[in-house]
Amino acid sequence: MSDELEIPTVESVTGSGVAIRGNDIDTDQIIPARFMKVVTFDGLGEFAFFDQRFDDADNQKDHPLNEPAHQDASVMVVNANFGCGSSREHAPQALMRWGIDAFIGESFAEIFAGNCLALGMPTLEADAETVTAIQDWVEVNPDGDLEIDVAAETVTYGDTTADVAVDDAQRKALLEGVWDTTALMKANAETVRETAEALPYVENGKRV
Amino acid sequence: MSEGTLYDKVWDRHAVTRLPTGQDQLFVGLHLIHEVTSPQAFGMLRERDLEVAYPDLTHATVDHIVPTSSKDRPYRDDAAEEMMAELEENVRESGIEFSHPETGEQGIVHVIGPEQGLTQPGTTIVCGDSHTSTHGAFGALAFGIGTSQIRDVLATGTVAMEKQQVRKIEVTGDLGDGVEAKDVILEIIRRLGTEGGVGYVYEYAGEAIENMDMEGRMSICNMSIEGGARAGYVNPDETTYAWLEGREEVPEDGAFEERKAYWESIRSDPDAEYDDVVTIDGGALEPVVTWGTTPGQGVGVTEPIPEPEALPAEKVDTARRAQEHMRVEPGDTMEGYEVDVAFLGSCTNARLPDLRRAARIVKGREVDPDVRAMVVPGSQQVKAAAEAEGLDEIFTEAGFDWRGAGCSMCLGMNEDQLEGDEACASSSNRNFVGRQGSKDGRTVLMNPRMVAAAAINGEVTDVRKIKEVALNE
Repeated sequence: MSDELEIPTVESVTGSGVAIRGNDIDTDQIIPARFMKVVTFDGLGEFAFFDQRFDDADNQKDHPLNEPAHQDASVMVVNANFGCGSSREHAPQALMRWGIDAFIGESFAEIFAGNCLALGMPTLEADAETVTAIQDWVEVNPDGDLEIDVAAETVTYGDTTADVAVDDAQRKALLEGVWDTTALMKANAETVRETAEALPYVENGKRV
Repeated sequence: MSEGTLYDKVWDRHAVTRLPTGQDQLFVGLHLIHEVTSPQAFGMLRERDLEVAYPDLTHATVDHIVPTSSKDRPYRDDAAEEMMAELEENVRESGIEFSHPETGEQGIVHVIGPEQGLTQPGTTIVCGDSHTSTHGAFGALAFGIGTSQIRDVLATGTVAMEKQQVRKIEVTGDLGDGVEAKDVILEIIRRLGTEGGVGYVYEYAGEAIENMDMEGRMSICNMSIEGGARAGYVNPDETTYAWLEGREEVPEDGAFEERKAYWESIRSDPDAEYDDVVTIDGGALEPVVTWGTTPGQGVGVTEPIPEPEALPAEKVDTARRAQEHMRVEPGDTMEGYEVDVAFLGSCTNARLPDLRRAARIVKGREVDPDVRAMVVPGSQQVKAAAEAEGLDEIFTEAGFDWRGAGCSMCLGMNEDQLEGDEACASSSNRNFVGRQGSKDGRTVLMNPRMVAAAAINGEVTDVRKIKEVALNE
């Protein structure tokens, strides 16, 4: 039965990085709305940051995701308020399908971080100075690995180990493999029913 | 942590249990769905052989991709048709009520929820759309979720959430002439920043909010997310109750009085504790317009556009790029900025009072010949009500295109889009690069009357300089 679904733990992510610089990068930039006219998430990867990556004639523009050296990157290093705006899960889905497994940034918009967690992708936070240092490093070392340790809340690159912060709930969810909440919450169906029936506006699962 | 606020009370009533992650499992009283973010969630449900747990507390509409020119099927756009067909199939299979275009009750999800009385105080409301914060205007706890969370809600009737802090934003005084709810929220975002609200829920209070109609409160709560706050709310009061009474899904007579007692009980206590309090002098505001590419880059219509270097260090780069994209110069005002398009619509500002106020500016005047102007009512009911008052004639006689209900040019998922580097005076909520369908397009956010004034003059105009015309003359 599907409730027994095995959810893998996410204790670490190791891979090369790609820096996407700038504050307030919204989900409309990550995946323009016209690519959301689909009923599955399949194939969204190629449209990640599309309008930044291609001109009107679909020729490649200067963009980190277009650089051959970054094609295997799995850690995206970003600045403040990344993923703001629209709640579209298409945004992390597109980046995941492009190849990203984790994010390090100064800060993340809440809905974006929640969507990432639902996909088992950590969003780790660090101060501006640390983030800039990592961005500089990945630009010079596109093949160099970043080793993210979720439990220790650190990222190691070259000879440097830097502290990164993970929200408590996210940390626990990733480490214990409870980031897929459907099965977890479904198991409480009876308590859910009781909570609902105690509300003045619900009766027998219907609005009254 | 906050104590005794509406947020605390509604949260506690809906908390099912503490999850192993430390998050709370929260019961969802109303799950609104639309065609763009739900199909993948239904797919995930099928993969796991799960059913919709609370179909009677789920309600669907179609808004993002729906054409506003004609509702004839099949839609001209194959992708739109496919999404619509998928939604029709999903709601049929699961027994979910659907405000289908054929019912006359279709519209933008954040317009139809309140309109039908689905949105009520003291409830929890989620939707796969960040502007779900709109429903907080009624004293509901309402927030946007992603598609995996939609799957959770469909399958379990609940969502996993961490409790946030509460910031009270008091808007004091009376708003001046030409100043509206939209200006208040643009000012709040300008002051507190686009990420100032991350980790917070906003409680909007103070005289200016208390004196505001429900539609104004919705405009404010709607854009909470543009300030980083996932939810925003206003304590319910007599204005709220009067607005709700008699609506389709609202209890009647004795049951209404009983329900009102519950609504009163979840208001923030007079001695409630907040994590933060911010005060804004509403009386000092003027109409606000954006000069940049985030909703936080706003300025009073007569104020100079800021020098990027004068902004906090972390805002300088973004501001410089934004000014380049928008082709504006620091020191200039936005007044006089030429526009090619005027868009009156969206979940922020496409309700009947919004259209009425704009009509008072438009009546007897003509749209600038170089501007294409359109009105996209928020719902079929708003459209019908506006037509019953003759607003459609005022707009069409002036040269506006009067269209069907939907999200339309707010996000350019249907055929209503900016072309090339067109500049648009827009009553919507996001001026992100590419948001209105063209990556070179330039969006200037403003209140509906300001949009009307810009349409007439072909440039951003201080609406206080235009004489309003009474609608019943």
